[in-house]
Amino acid sequence: MELGPYIILGLLEGLVTAAVLSLMAVGLSLVFGVMRVVNVAHGEFFMVGAVLAWWIAGSIEGNPALGFVAAMLLAPPLTAGLAVIADQLILKRIGYDPERTIVATIGLLYVIQQLTLMTFGPDARPVEAPFNNRLSIPLLEWTNDGLALYWPWGLGTTSYKIAVILAALTLLVAIWLLMTRTRYGLIMRATQLDRETALAFAIPVNRVYASVFGLGAGLAALGGVLIVPIQQAHYLMGHDPLLLSFIVVIIGGLGSLPGTIVAALLIGLSDGIISIFFSPTLAKIIATLAVAFFLVFRPQGFFGKRAL
Amino acid sequence: MSELKKSWLLHLGIVALLLVLQFVLPSYHHASMARIMVLTCYAMGYNILFGYTGLLSLGHALFFAAGMYGLSLSMQHLEWLAGPALIIGLLSGVVVSLTIGLLLLRTTGVAFMIVTLMFSQAGYLTVLYFGEFTRGDEGLVIQQELRSIAGIDLSDPTSRYFAALLLMTICIIVSLRVVQAGFGRVLVAIRENDERTRMLGYDIQRHKLSAIVLSGTMSAAAGACYCLLFGYAGATFASVQYSIFPLLWVLLGGAGTVLGPFVGTLFMFYLIDLSSGLTTAYMLIAGFSLVMLTLFAPQGLVGEIRRRGLRWLP
Repeated sequence: MELGPYIILGLLEGLVTAAVLSLMAVGLSLVFGVMRVVNVAHGEFFMVGAVLAWWIAGSIEGNPALGFVAAMLLAPPLTAGLAVIADQLILKRIGYDPERTIVATIGLLYVIQQLTLMTFGPDARPVEAPFNNRLSIPLLEWTNDGLALYWPWGLGTTSYKIAVILAALTLLVAIWLLMTRTRYGLIMRATQLDRETALAFAIPVNRVYASVFGLGAGLAALGGVLIVPIQQAHYLMGHDPLLLSFIVVIIGGLGSLPGTIVAALLIGLSDGIISIFFSPTLAKIIATLAVAFFLVFRPQGFFGKRAL
Repeated sequence: MSELKKSWLLHLGIVALLLVLQFVLPSYHHASMARIMVLTCYAMGYNILFGYTGLLSLGHALFFAAGMYGLSLSMQHLEWLAGPALIIGLLSGVVVSLTIGLLLLRTTGVAFMIVTLMFSQAGYLTVLYFGEFTRGDEGLVIQQELRSIAGIDLSDPTSRYFAALLLMTICIIVSLRVVQAGFGRVLVAIRENDERTRMLGYDIQRHKLSAIVLSGTMSAAAGACYCLLFGYAGATFASVQYSIFPLLWVLLGGAGTVLGPFVGTLFMFYLIDLSSGLTTAYMLIAGFSLVMLTLFAPQGLVGEIRRRGLRWLP
């Protein structure tokens, strides 16, 4: 196989990463934008989504598609509920102080992770995809008779991966509509702009905070549910996505939704391509250093106006 | 008695108490105590930055590992003796903290925390990447016969205990001197209000950088000594977990107190030790304590004692 098909394969895998990553990063970005806190436990909500999906899909008999749909409908709200409880019990009590929130969410990260280890166990467990047909991808090639299609060996994807990309796109449009076209979105944006004034206009800021924290966790969980048929559920699976979504949110500009999505695409695609050429460890070193230097030299990101 | 005298008396009293404990502790607790004292130095280094300067780092494992690998790599691959290797460990702490510190000065608040986290994660991954030299997660084991300085065998429990106590005494004295000197007061002023401190004419960037280097070097010293005394350097010590531990110990014992790190490390060590009989998921206890501490006791144990009476505690 020449280089071309490798790159197309890398791009396709990258698109799937970008799809899941953008959901997670939008959640993180919403929480940061509205509440001005960094949620370090965000990756664990992703993991909880995946683990719940395994559990729900496993407890429903019959067609695997049925179990998966049930997981998609149930796991994100359950995770969101967990996040709302955490918000009310912990974050609200420390007054959303940025530094103390980070310490508290690190604590939360370990509590969720270890509780999962104790109940779910250390094994990686698969969930069956609702549909999983192989699709081969044709390429154009110059032959003696002009342009012709040919199917390089090994170049292909599955219908499920395409569905993940489409699902993420739909959800992102839905989030955008929610933020710009609904009353709830207006309230969220008002709180984001000026908490004090919003409070003065009788906006229940504490309830908005709780729901945004829940929404962010729900988005991460949804990402977890979508990825679990491709990549099994495991109690440590939240680490890498957390790192990547940090990178996305920081590079895209904190609290900027369009920036977050562009950055997710950029990081997802380059992750897909970089991992073809470099060892994953080296790719991760480059990525972490990129975030650090970004925050040091351009803290407002590409699109954001505010610095962290 | 003046407050200065009282605080010296208290701290030297604790050192004397630990000296006596050497002779009475059963062997299991004897070994644990040596470990606790070395880890306390790590926490004390962390405390200089977090407790006194108010800069919350999530990446101190980088400095701890710099000391640890500075020592172990030069012993393993350059075949240096323990003494010079210890100096290399300290120097790598200085170099790493100075480099990172210069970059960190450009950030504040949450960005500072994320940048420290990212640098230490990059450091951890680098240790894994050069697995050929560092042996990654498996780690390097330093041969017992190499672990001696000036003819003293540091793998022997008694001399190991004394070496750990010596290191901790040095760290206590350095911490006390820093806190009592003008330099320490400026650090506290930066923690309380950096704008106002700048207005008073202090160069806060330079003070912050000095605090980062001092803190990083102390942590590196702890890392190098840990490796020397217990004969092992592994990638785990560079991981995020080991950046969270000193934060936890300092928060538990009391940030901004000289004794806090010791009390916190002692408590957390035995808490995890006792609970390991009940569950293997010991990080659950660490996580739960972090949440509870931020919620109910941001002052920590020693901080609480200071607030309720002994106001002179440094």
